[in-house]
Amino acid sequence: MTSNIVEIDNVSFGYKGRLLHKGINMAFPRGKVIAIMGGSGSGKTTLLRLIGGQLKPSKGEVRVDGAIVHQQNREGIYQLRRKMGLLFQHGALFTDLSVYDNVAFPMRELTDLSESMIRDLVLMKLNAVGLRGAHSLMPTELSGGMARRVALARAVALDPDIIMYDEPFAGLDPISMGVICDLIRSLNDALGATSIIVSHDVKETFLIADYVYFVANGEVAAEGTPHDLMQSTLPFVHQFVHGEKDGPVPFHYPAQNYRSELFG
Amino acid sequence: MLGFLSELGQRMIARVWRLGAGAHLFFLTIIYSGESFRRFHLTLREIYFTGVMSLLIIIVSAFFVGMVLALQGYNTLQKYGSSEAIGVLVALALVRELGPVVTALLFAGRAGTAITAEIGLMKTTEQLSAMEMMAVNPIARVVAPRFWAGVIAMPILAALFSMVGVLGGYLVAVPLIGVDDGAFWSQMQANVDFRDDIVNGVIKSLVFGVACTMIALFEGFDAPPTAEGVSHATTRTVVISSLTVLGLDFVLTSFMLVV
Amino acid sequence: MERTKIDLWVGIFVALGVASLLGLAMKVGNLTSSKIGDTYTVTAAFENIGGLKPNAPVKSAGVVVGRVEGIRFDTKAYEAIVNIKIDERYAFPKDTFANIYTAGLLGEQYVGLEAGGDEEVLKNGDKITQTQDAVVLEKMISQFLYNKASETKDDNKSTDVKADTKPTDGKSTELGDAPF
Repeated sequence: MTSNIVEIDNVSFGYKGRLLHKGINMAFPRGKVIAIMGGSGSGKTTLLRLIGGQLKPSKGEVRVDGAIVHQQNREGIYQLRRKMGLLFQHGALFTDLSVYDNVAFPMRELTDLSESMIRDLVLMKLNAVGLRGAHSLMPTELSGGMARRVALARAVALDPDIIMYDEPFAGLDPISMGVICDLIRSLNDALGATSIIVSHDVKETFLIADYVYFVANGEVAAEGTPHDLMQSTLPFVHQFVHGEKDGPVPFHYPAQNYRSELFG
Repeated sequence: MLGFLSELGQRMIARVWRLGAGAHLFFLTIIYSGESFRRFHLTLREIYFTGVMSLLIIIVSAFFVGMVLALQGYNTLQKYGSSEAIGVLVALALVRELGPVVTALLFAGRAGTAITAEIGLMKTTEQLSAMEMMAVNPIARVVAPRFWAGVIAMPILAALFSMVGVLGGYLVAVPLIGVDDGAFWSQMQANVDFRDDIVNGVIKSLVFGVACTMIALFEGFDAPPTAEGVSHATTRTVVISSLTVLGLDFVLTSFMLVV
Repeated sequence: MERTKIDLWVGIFVALGVASLLGLAMKVGNLTSSKIGDTYTVTAAFENIGGLKPNAPVKSAGVVVGRVEGIRFDTKAYEAIVNIKIDERYAFPKDTFANIYTAGLLGEQYVGLEAGGDEEVLKNGDKITQTQDAVVLEKMISQFLYNKASETKDDNKSTDVKADTKPTDGKSTELGDAPF
């Protein structure tokens, strides 16, 4: 078995003939925090869905723990998903259940643990995200940052091997952002899991990621450690990392052609 | 003209596609129903939301429908000097038709819309997706318990509707109009058959329960994940459920009268 | 927790449903009245049963004593054979008379039993020999018309005997030549 828990091998994927990904290769070694970065609409979230088996690649394969995801039947995919935890962009908490029941949900559904055992585990997970005191609240009573922390507690409820984060920093105030940032790193190390972060927030992501993939135009445009990428001379990486408005090659934005037409 | 025809054709194809998708969901719901009975409290909870929460509207409407039936029936029957038959009229109208049908229409408006909106919102806020990523089948966990709750609640509500309606009719006919108490009940009992009228009414409401709940579930499940999509789906639930109930009622009635 | 409250409400809900179904069955429907305990079955042959239906009441002196169990057609005698279930508490003599009556002018039809004077009583499987058919409205009307027509003919005959020697057969009577 390889040391990579997830491997994306030459994957192409598209909706209705328009290819979103064109032959992407990525590797996610065990125990690391890996970030996938790119502009809006570059198909980052789609990559997470491919790993989770909610979508099938048009070409190539995604392997999780050695198993090819799209060749699994329903039961096989469910088996794989038990090793994964996914934090949705907006938390996706069950609005009809309390915070406690939300975190307890995967334990009640997927294990035969006794109710007292579940109670201990739930409070432990909630304590880890600092919300043990909020266990009786309903999701609607939570702020955005708190909701995401509860969702994080739910995602790690069954101690998954792979934790995936879909835009964990989007729409949070700086304090909540810092809290989530710390949590991702500390949970990863405490659980010995592999974390995959999909984000476009450079500062926070670079702070905690061990390795970063840049996705642009359906391909891996650049990869490396945050340190390498900060020094990168690739024009669009430079622009993205430093958030420059007048980047030389702002990939997604049609303004690029316009500019080169005007000045070229 | 050609454009009109092709649009008409596309709409028809879309309808047929939705019918097929609905049937597929129904099939999956039946297959993944085990959990709703193994963990019956899941279904119980939904019976509470669909059945118990509909009690008030059902009882109040039934009461008024029964009273109006008695008033109207008396008005006509007394012209033929057979105002004692008012009990028969009220009971047969309720047990055979109005009980199952009006209950189903009210159910579609009260519980059906709630189901569609809830599932549509769960889809919009990615709760169903989250469930799937947790290796929990949303059809087994969300759809099937609601389906069985609807199927169980509907006949109960319909029986309640008929009974309360008869009581409402009794209140108008006997104390208010002055029809003889004994004649009211005995005529009713002589002419309402348990097998042909009451059991058939229950069968009807069972079928309506399956149809209404399934339509509400499918519309919610199929709703585009936007606020507008959910609101349209909710409207469609009421429209399609009502039409389906009325159409099915005709089919079932003709079957029951022939057999 | 909330669970118990929900359980309670659902319990009430289901109890209400069962109660109304029972209420419908007992109070509104005929489940109780159609169950008349132990019965014995006798048959009766009618030439015409009119609109008699299975499950119609069987009455004697106005009291319901049984129900019509089934009706079939006898292909040998071309008669209708009616099976009648009678409550075991009521014994009827062998020469009991069975009629088919109509409740009111347009009401449902029922079987009326009139007891005879025989010492022996009807037992399970016996046949009631004396029956009277249902009164069929159309028949009654045509009979009435026929009588009327022949009456006027008789009147004609008495006043002008030689005028008409045609036999007055009911079947050949034409309504056209009968002024009424």
